[in-house]
Amino acid sequence: MPVSTMVTKIARQVLTVIFVVALLTFIVGPLLWLAIRAFSTSWTYPRLLPDGWTLQWFGRVFDDPQLFSSIRLSIEFAITTLIVSSVICLPAAYAFSRFDFPGRRVFLIGLFATNAFPKTGLYVALAALFYAFNLMSTFGGVVVVHLLGTIVFMTWIPAAAFASVPRSFEEAARDAGGGRLRVFFTITLPLAMPGILVALIMSFLASFDEAQGTYLVGAPEFYTMPTEMYSLVLNYPRQVAAVFSILLSIPSVVLLMLVRKHVMGGQLAEGFQIR
Amino acid sequence: MSTNSVGEEQQSGLVLRGVGKDLGGRTIVDDLDLVVAKGELVCLLGPSGCGKTTTLRMIAGFLNPDVGTISIDGEIVTRVPPEKRPTAMVFQNYALWPHMSVFENVAYPLKLRRTPKNEITARVHEMLELVNLMHHEKSRPARISGGEQQRVALARALVQRPAVLLLDEPLSNLDAKLRVRVREDIREIQQRLGITTVIVTHDQDEALSISDRVAVMNSGRIEQYSDPTELYRSPATRFVGGFVGAMNTLDGELRGGADSTVAVVGGVTVPVDTPATPGTAAGDRPVSLGVRPENVLLGPVEAGASAKIIRSIPRGHFTEMVIELATATGEPTELRAYLDDRSPIARLGPGDAVGVRLHSVLSYDQDGRLR
Repeated sequence: MPVSTMVTKIARQVLTVIFVVALLTFIVGPLLWLAIRAFSTSWTYPRLLPDGWTLQWFGRVFDDPQLFSSIRLSIEFAITTLIVSSVICLPAAYAFSRFDFPGRRVFLIGLFATNAFPKTGLYVALAALFYAFNLMSTFGGVVVVHLLGTIVFMTWIPAAAFASVPRSFEEAARDAGGGRLRVFFTITLPLAMPGILVALIMSFLASFDEAQGTYLVGAPEFYTMPTEMYSLVLNYPRQVAAVFSILLSIPSVVLLMLVRKHVMGGQLAEGFQIR
Repeated sequence: MSTNSVGEEQQSGLVLRGVGKDLGGRTIVDDLDLVVAKGELVCLLGPSGCGKTTTLRMIAGFLNPDVGTISIDGEIVTRVPPEKRPTAMVFQNYALWPHMSVFENVAYPLKLRRTPKNEITARVHEMLELVNLMHHEKSRPARISGGEQQRVALARALVQRPAVLLLDEPLSNLDAKLRVRVREDIREIQQRLGITTVIVTHDQDEALSISDRVAVMNSGRIEQYSDPTELYRSPATRFVGGFVGAMNTLDGELRGGADSTVAVVGGVTVPVDTPATPGTAAGDRPVSLGVRPENVLLGPVEAGASAKIIRSIPRGHFTEMVIELATATGEPTELRAYLDDRSPIARLGPGDAVGVRLHSVLSYDQDGRLR
C-alpha cells in the first residue's frame, strides 16, 4: 500500500474519532451531568465527582403534592390529546391518502402552518380567542393547545401509512364480503399500524413536552411537568430540577425504545413524503 | 340480440348488456355485450387500455357502469356493492394480506360470513388441499413463492363458492415455465368445479389455450367473441388477426372462381390454394388480405409468384423466413413465412429466389372487417 493512502486512511480515522468524541461530549455529556446531579448531595467546583450520593431529591419530588400532581396532569393531558387527536386526525389522514378532493394539497400543506409561525405569536392570537370562548384556564383549552402540536404528526405520518396500503388489499377484502368499516378495521388499520404508532408516540411526546402554550392557557389552574420546570429552575435546589428532567425524559426514552424498530425503519421519514 | 337471447340469458352465468363506462373524460368501455354460459371459461383478451380490466372491475363491482346492466345467474347486480356480489376475484398482484397467515387469508371470507369455526377449518383445508398448499398454511404470504401466492389467492376466491370467478392477469407475475403449468392448473380446477370464470389477459397464448370462448377487445368494444379455433382460423377483423397470432397484411384483393383463385398484390398475381373466404372480392373497393405465416407456402421459383428471401430466422422447431414479393409497382411487399426445418427451402439464405403460394387467405374490407 502506498504511504499516501495510508496517511489519508489514518487521518480519516483520527477525524472520525474526534468527531465521535465531540458528539458524545456535547450530547451525552450534559445528560450524564444531569443524571449524576440528581443523585448527589452537592457537587462543588472543582471536584470531578459529587461530594456525596443520595436519593433525597427523588423523595422530595414525590412528596411534594404539587410536583406529583403535575406528573399526573401531564399524563392525563397527553392521553386525552392522543385520543382526541386520533379521532380527528386519523379519518382526515385516511381521506388524504385515499380520496382526491378539491383543495387536498392546500389542506395538506396548510397543516404545516401551525408549525411555520413562531409559537408565541400563535398563542397570543389563540389567547384572544380563548378569552372569547371562556377556554382560558380550562382543561379543554390546554387540550386544544396540545392538539395543535400533534396535528402535523397525526395527519402526515398516518396518511403516508394508509397510502402505503395497496388499494387492492382493501378491494380484495370487500370482494371477500367485507363492508367498508369492517375492511378498514381488519385490513387497512392493522397494516397502517406501524406508521400510526410512530405518529402516536411523536404526538405523546409533543404533548408531554409542551410548555409555552400550556403555561399561557393553563396557568394558574393547570401546571404540567414542563411548566413546573420554570418554577423549579428558579425556586428549588438544582438537584430537584435534575430529578424532574429525568422523570420528564422517561416516557420519551421508554416509548422510543418500544418502537425503535419502526422509527428506525424509516416510517417517520416516509411520513413526510406524501404528495 | 338474437331471438333466443331470453333463453340464453336464463341459463347464463354472467350477462352484460350495453355496458359502458367513461373514466377521466375518456370512453373506456363502449356499449359492451357479453354472455358467459354457466360453467364456461371466457378470456377477455386485448392490448393495454382496451377496457378489459375496467370490464372485469365492473363485473366485480369495484366500478359502476355508466349505462347498461350486469346480471349473474339471472339476477341483476349492476348496483350491488362488491361485498354483496356472488363474485370472487384473483387480483393481478394477488393482494394477499401480509399480516395474516395463508390459513387466515383463506379463512377471512368465511369469518365475515360468520361461518362456524369447525366448518371454516374444514373448508379452508379443503381449498388448501385443492391448490396443494397444506404445508404452508401457517406461513406468511411474504415467505412463499409467487406461484404459491397465486394459488393462495385462488383458494381465497374459491372458498367463497362464488357464482363467477374473476381473474385479473393471473399469470403475468409468474415466469414463463411456471405460467404454462399454472394456467393448466387453473383450467383443471375450473372444470372440476364447473365454475363460471372470466379471465383478463393480454397474452393470446394463454387465452387460446384455456378458454372455451375468447372475447377480443379493442378500444372498449368486443371485436370478436368465439371459440379459440374459430378465432384463430377466421379472425373477424384485421385487428383480431393481428392481435391473435401473427398475420401478414397485404394490400390487394382476391380474384377468380372457387378453384382457381389468385391474390392480386401490387399488380402481381399470387396463386391461392384455398381461400378461407369463398367468392371473389366484389366491386372496386380496395381491400386488404390477411395470411397467417404458416399459410405462406414457399417452393421452387416456378411454383408460384417470385420472391426473394431477405432474412431467415431460426425459431427452434421451425424457421421463420422474411421474403419480399417482387411487385409490378416496385413497391416492396414483405411477407413472413413459417417453414418446417426439413423443407429444402429452409436451407436457402438471404438473396435466394423462391416461389410463393398462399393458403387460407382472408380478405378484409376497408373497415377491416372480414368479408
